Amino acid sequence: MKSLEELRAIRDRARTNVHLRKENSPDNIRVVVGMATCGIAAGARPVLTTFTDEVAKRGLQNVMVTQTGCIGLCQYEPIVEVYEPDGRVTTYVKMNPEKAVQVVNDHLVNGKVVSELTIGSIGTMK
Amino acid sequence: MQELSLNILDIAQNSVRAKASLVTITMEEDTVEKTLRLSVADNGCGMTEEQVAHAMDPFFTTRTTRKVGLGISFFKLTAEATGGSFSIDSTLGAGTTTTAFYHTGHIDMMPVGDMVSTMVTLISMNPEMDFVYRHTLDGRQFVLDTREIKEVLEDVPIDAPEVVQFIRDTLTEGEAELQDPGPEE
Repeated sequence: MKSLEELRAIRDRARTNVHLRKENSPDNIRVVVGMATCGIAAGARPVLTTFTDEVAKRGLQNVMVTQTGCIGLCQYEPIVEVYEPDGRVTTYVKMNPEKAVQVVNDHLVNGKVVSELTIGSIGTMK
Repeated sequence: MQELSLNILDIAQNSVRAKASLVTITMEEDTVEKTLRLSVADNGCGMTEEQVAHAMDPFFTTRTTRKVGLGISFFKLTAEATGGSFSIDSTLGAGTTTTAFYHTGHIDMMPVGDMVSTMVTLISMNPEMDFVYRHTLDGRQFVLDTREIKEVLEDVPIDAPEVVQFIRDTLTEGEAELQDPGPEE
């Protein structure tokens, strides 16, 4: 069992970083992963884990990763929506951990939408 | 669902929606009797008797985005497929406990899977809620309680990346020790 002593050390280190995170800032990018029965069954859990891990690894202080319920497009799950401060919303569908890394790299870091993974491209491909 | 830990993650979302402040996830394994009991207990809004009766019907849901609610039906099926049983105990205004009982030797027993990821997901995505994870294996026990963690953290949020990693490591180590208690025990 890891010790609470260790947690205290982590707390003290984290405290110096906490002020960098702006929880509800309008400048934040929000990444929302669908985590209803349909999403979970389609593989949303590792997608969510990949987003949180990658965002933490890169120290992206302006990105918030959150979850939502079913948005009614169960056949396209796992679905990930990216909300940007300018009001733009991108819907990524049929996600997996590899695609999630690509979205972090291209979209969240470099601001370039991965258009081949969006519902606009995949939804009409059938 | 490919593994029971995903059913648990799904069922616990019902506790989130029920505005629970505390969710206790219990996993009791007996390798001699070959049984497993999984339960998700919350202190959320609870259900009326009529809602409980309806909850196992896949074509009943309180949600408006779609007409089906499969989470409980899926979970129930995983237990019944092993000759086990399933129950929901709920009191309006007090909370709900969902319990699935398995005969683990049955050929249709699904793997439990990655409970660590399920707990990490629940804890990090619902930082305002508290979770207790209790895993008992042949009488040995591992418990993680976010209330204890928050007490140490003080003003540092439980969903801070460093803390989430600590929780993941603690769960992983706790599970490993439970499986292999080592020579001194």
